[in-house]
Amino acid sequence: MVTASLIPQDQTIVEFDVRTDEMLVNMGPQHPSTHGVLRLVLRTDGEIISEAMPHLGYLHRCAEKIGENLLPIQFIPYTDRMDYLAGMNMNLGYSLAIEKLCNMKIPEKASVIRVIVSELNRIASHLVAMGTYGLDLGTFSPFLYAFREREMILDLFEEVCGARLTYSYLTIGGAHDDLPDGWIDHCQQFLDYFEPRIPEYHTLLTTNHIFVNRTANIGVCSKELAIQHACSGPMLRGSLNARKNDTAWDLRKIEPYSDYDKYDFKVVIPPFDMAPPEAVVGDCWHRYMVRMLEVVESIKILRQALDRYPKAAGSHRVEVPKHLAAGDAYVETECPRGQMGFYVVGSNAKGQVPLRVRARSSSMANLSLASKLCEGCLIADIPAIIGSIDIVMGEIDR
Amino acid sequence: MTGAEIIATLEAECSTKIKSTKADAIDPFVFVEPGDLVAVATVLRDHAKLKFEMLNCISGVDYLELDPKKIAKAGFEPHVEVVYHFSSFTHKHRFVVKVSLPRWKDNKPGELPEVPTLSPLFPAADWHEREAFDLVGVNFVGHPDLCRILLADDWVGHPLRKDYEFPLEYHGIRGR
Repeated sequence: MVTASLIPQDQTIVEFDVRTDEMLVNMGPQHPSTHGVLRLVLRTDGEIISEAMPHLGYLHRCAEKIGENLLPIQFIPYTDRMDYLAGMNMNLGYSLAIEKLCNMKIPEKASVIRVIVSELNRIASHLVAMGTYGLDLGTFSPFLYAFREREMILDLFEEVCGARLTYSYLTIGGAHDDLPDGWIDHCQQFLDYFEPRIPEYHTLLTTNHIFVNRTANIGVCSKELAIQHACSGPMLRGSLNARKNDTAWDLRKIEPYSDYDKYDFKVVIPPFDMAPPEAVVGDCWHRYMVRMLEVVESIKILRQALDRYPKAAGSHRVEVPKHLAAGDAYVETECPRGQMGFYVVGSNAKGQVPLRVRARSSSMANLSLASKLCEGCLIADIPAIIGSIDIVMGEIDR
Repeated sequence: MTGAEIIATLEAECSTKIKSTKADAIDPFVFVEPGDLVAVATVLRDHAKLKFEMLNCISGVDYLELDPKKIAKAGFEPHVEVVYHFSSFTHKHRFVVKVSLPRWKDNKPGELPEVPTLSPLFPAADWHEREAFDLVGVNFVGHPDLCRILLADDWVGHPLRKDYEFPLEYHGIRGR
């Protein structure tokens, strides 16, 4: 027992509230949980982050400058390398922008092919997002399951276009080739195999006690904040609340392209029945869950599109005009990570080459919010927050 | 609302601040003077019928034709345009605002043209403006931290200008 005589009478002699010094910690650009070459400079006070400053540009390849020197069809392979986890969706976005500028009509068959491959790619991309999110948070096995299934999608893509990552398959005027014989059956078999596997992921990750502790109520983003920063995709949808009558914001519903209005699917927004009691709308857990449920909706769209394909009229591709119209067109599509926009300016003097190509990156808008979300959290929460935003640096830096 | 209706609403609200309109373009747009941009953007964001809460994209475009034989065909005077793409979460419509600037301020090469920042109104503008400054060379007056975002801090020039010349070397790394 401490006697009164041992407690110093002069309080200035012993200082109990010694403040830890602020420290600047550099995270990345080679840190595995920053998903590529994102560099964060963290200002920390002990374990608490007081400021997180993202630094970009380590993967900048001047894609926009290249775009204004190449024919649109030559630029398609560069769009693959933007969001390299969803190459098909990138191809589609740029093709739609050029088609809008040239006022082209796309045959029904080409549209159906586009929907099939971009929804497959959405599943593949969300599988990577889910698997690597597990890796970020210290669980290895979901990654293996996710990549087992993704491998099958890549096999399907290889059958279609010969490439497994950078497809350049969807192109201006439709798709580069028709789907090969028997492919529809292979795709159907994959869906039959894949659909019953989804509950496995939920048991592995969604309801996992440690996973819930690491993600629930972490990095909470309000709807207003998400809209101010022009966030989109699962980042925005994870912050919406159906009970408050928020619009289920998905461009496939709001501004349907490629005949998405003819498919029956719903846009998933919180609240979710599976939500653990500690999770709040807008946190990392909800963003993760939106992705998981979007995969189910993509399967629904795929099944309808596969039924539609044999009956679809027209060819898989139409000719591209020799000259781009003078003027500009801006198109946004719903990619796995959010709204990817392409802004194309045509000029009379340049023929088919655009005067300017601008890519509006969805991950970049989502990441601009990261410094706000990271304020006041623990260092260990940074991978959880960055992972839940699901960035691809190839798209941010272009 | 359609583009024409948005333009009509905007003209009813602040007709003096709108330089010209084009309702029959692929994406209908209005031109505003740089000085009126903040006022017009505030109307776009706060007007009950417009409610453009999202600033999706800011693009800088350098209109310049280098080939002297094609200048007449191109049909535009050399200038820089800053294009703002807005969309509304409430009303689900889109709109475009353009600002036309000289290629160089006061025609002195190297002096960047100026346009006021929108980052206090739309936090999304922050990084887009930094990118437009970095690659196209537009000075967003009033931006809290206007520095390069994609290129290195000591990079010289703005690569998306049409007359940009790629450097021969950068810190001992050969270019070209």
